[in-house]
Amino acid sequence: MPNPASLRMVDNHYCAGCGHGIIHRLVCEAIDEYGIRERVIAVAPVGCAVIAYDYWDFDVTEAAHGRTPAVATGIKRVRPGNIVFTYQGDGDLAAIGTAEIVHAANRGENITVIFVNNGVYGMTGGQMAPTTLAGQKTSTTIYGRSLRREGYPLKILEMLAVLPGVKYAERVAVNSSHEVLRAKRAISKAFKMQIDGKGFSIVEVLSMCPTYWGMTPIQAADRIKNEVATFYPLGVIKSC
Amino acid sequence: MSKNKVLMCGNEACGEGAVIAGCKFYAGYPITPQNELISYMAKRLNETGGAFVQAESELAAISMVFGASAAGERAMTSSSSPGISLKQEGISYLAACELPCVIVNMQRGGPGLGNIAPSQGDYFQSVKGGGHGDYKLIVLAPMSVQELLDLTFLAFDLADKYRNPALILGDGLLGQMMEPLTIPSDMQPKHYDKPWALTGCRDRAPRIIRSLLLGEGALEEHNRHMQEKFRTIKETETRSQSFHTKDADIILVAYGSVARIAKAAMEAARAKGLKVGLIRPITLWPFPDKTIEDSCAATKKFLVVEMSAGQMVEDVRLAVNGKAKVEFYGRMGGGIPCEEEILERVEALL
Ligand SMILES: Cc1ncc(C[n+]2csc(CCOP(=O)(O)OP(=O)(O)O)c2C)c(N)n1
Ligand code: SF4
Repeated sequence: MPNPASLRMVDNHYCAGCGHGIIHRLVCEAIDEYGIRERVIAVAPVGCAVIAYDYWDFDVTEAAHGRTPAVATGIKRVRPGNIVFTYQGDGDLAAIGTAEIVHAANRGENITVIFVNNGVYGMTGGQMAPTTLAGQKTSTTIYGRSLRREGYPLKILEMLAVLPGVKYAERVAVNSSHEVLRAKRAISKAFKMQIDGKGFSIVEVLSMCPTYWGMTPIQAADRIKNEVATFYPLGVIKSC
Repeated sequence: MSKNKVLMCGNEACGEGAVIAGCKFYAGYPITPQNELISYMAKRLNETGGAFVQAESELAAISMVFGASAAGERAMTSSSSPGISLKQEGISYLAACELPCVIVNMQRGGPGLGNIAPSQGDYFQSVKGGGHGDYKLIVLAPMSVQELLDLTFLAFDLADKYRNPALILGDGLLGQMMEPLTIPSDMQPKHYDKPWALTGCRDRAPRIIRSLLLGEGALEEHNRHMQEKFRTIKETETRSQSFHTKDADIILVAYGSVARIAKAAMEAARAKGLKVGLIRPITLWPFPDKTIEDSCAATKKFLVVEMSAGQMVEDVRLAVNGKAKVEFYGRMGGGIPCEEEILERVEALL
């Protein structure tokens, strides 16, 4: 398989078995597919993907933690002809940046959001995220997430799907080659929605964090299928 | 030069200054006493083909400005004290990424929710940082509706010239009062090339705008570069006005709306034959410390008047450096000093 032109051929800093590298590649493949590399302006998050610009071969900026969709809004509003996407973890999007994502979605900003759900804060050492599953052990839920104490895992896509501004929302995973292909199709579709001026599109990608799940890469991939995807069902949640 | 005389409130004049300067993007969140500015920008950017967003919060508003500025357009946001506190996160990022923009603070009484009366309690926050890290904002302090237009126009130029956020520090009094002002028809914004802007990498290498610098020594190097820039700004852009300082027994120091009141007090004092002068900083950062230091040759006493517990007075003391006595008179929490109060203090000190 040829390497995507939008992806720089350099070593990456992600842990073995991490989903970020795969997802970067899928984003770049979609961008190449539509020949839009020279139109893209990306917003990288604060989180493990904070230096995504070292891997992506197009214009990229950063945002303060969680403000990613607001930065993208500013860019898109002054440059409607560019293709603008954000790349956000679950801490970034579902905790500190909940307001920004809800309102960018509700305004129907014509941007694309790649939402990487690995159920933990990877960058800061594996603390609980809003998406952490019930019973899951993290550095801040050492006996497992208690629903009574920490509340319920947040289903962001289901929440966003009720907003009229959201035109496309799909949940995918990158735990097997089969799922990776489906993830690829979803990410391509999300960019196509923006190219066609349809409005806000978001793809949630269930991703592995073997390091802070305390698992081997294979076990982590299995966990997505056996546990994570049973709570966060895969598939199109909204398309119009 | 043909001129256009109009009657406007300060907040609107500020918005018009931005529009004339070629502002193409505004994002803000309502807070009194600057709401006329948001409404004005919504209307005028619609008319001039710019983009206006009523943001969900101040955090979002300043980040939207970050995006618009990174994409190469002139961008502005405005707020009042509690909202500016929220914007500090984004302001630090803009300063770090050397992104130009204009931020307007029409100060109100604080701390906390405070009240909606005019105050100058945000001086420290404006000139000493406010957000995290070592950075400076170019801080301009208008004292009339006319100057809200003129200095906002200037702020966009300075921001682009130095790739740095510029802050208009006003207050509720200035923002909401109405005065006649002149809109010169020949005000032309300067154009600055932006070879760093994110526009899509057509026919060029990709660009990155970021403040994360992890390489050994890279962030220290970037900080050194920024400090060098701040030194240049200090040398080139310090602005102030002096009145009757050559023969003064006492010099008043005040900025913004208080400078206006102090000026009236000075004139009343002169009418009584008292030798009173006034120094009025126009840039609060860079602070006109040289002007103040130089005036120590002619005077032995300063009276700093502020609508705060005493903030700018610290910069005056630094500038004077023991060469004269520095006294302070302040009102807080939305209290406005009047001419007679200032005159009384002056007479007590003489
Ligand atoms: C305002 C602010 N608060 C906290 C942090 C520290 N921080 C950095 S990354 C991160 C969590 C990232 O988690 P997530 O978005 O899930 O991405 P991941 O690292 O798992 O890919 C936090 C809390 C920060 N940089 N800024
Ligand atoms: S900590 Fe987790 S999310 Fe971060 S790079 Fe490692 S595996 Fe990936």
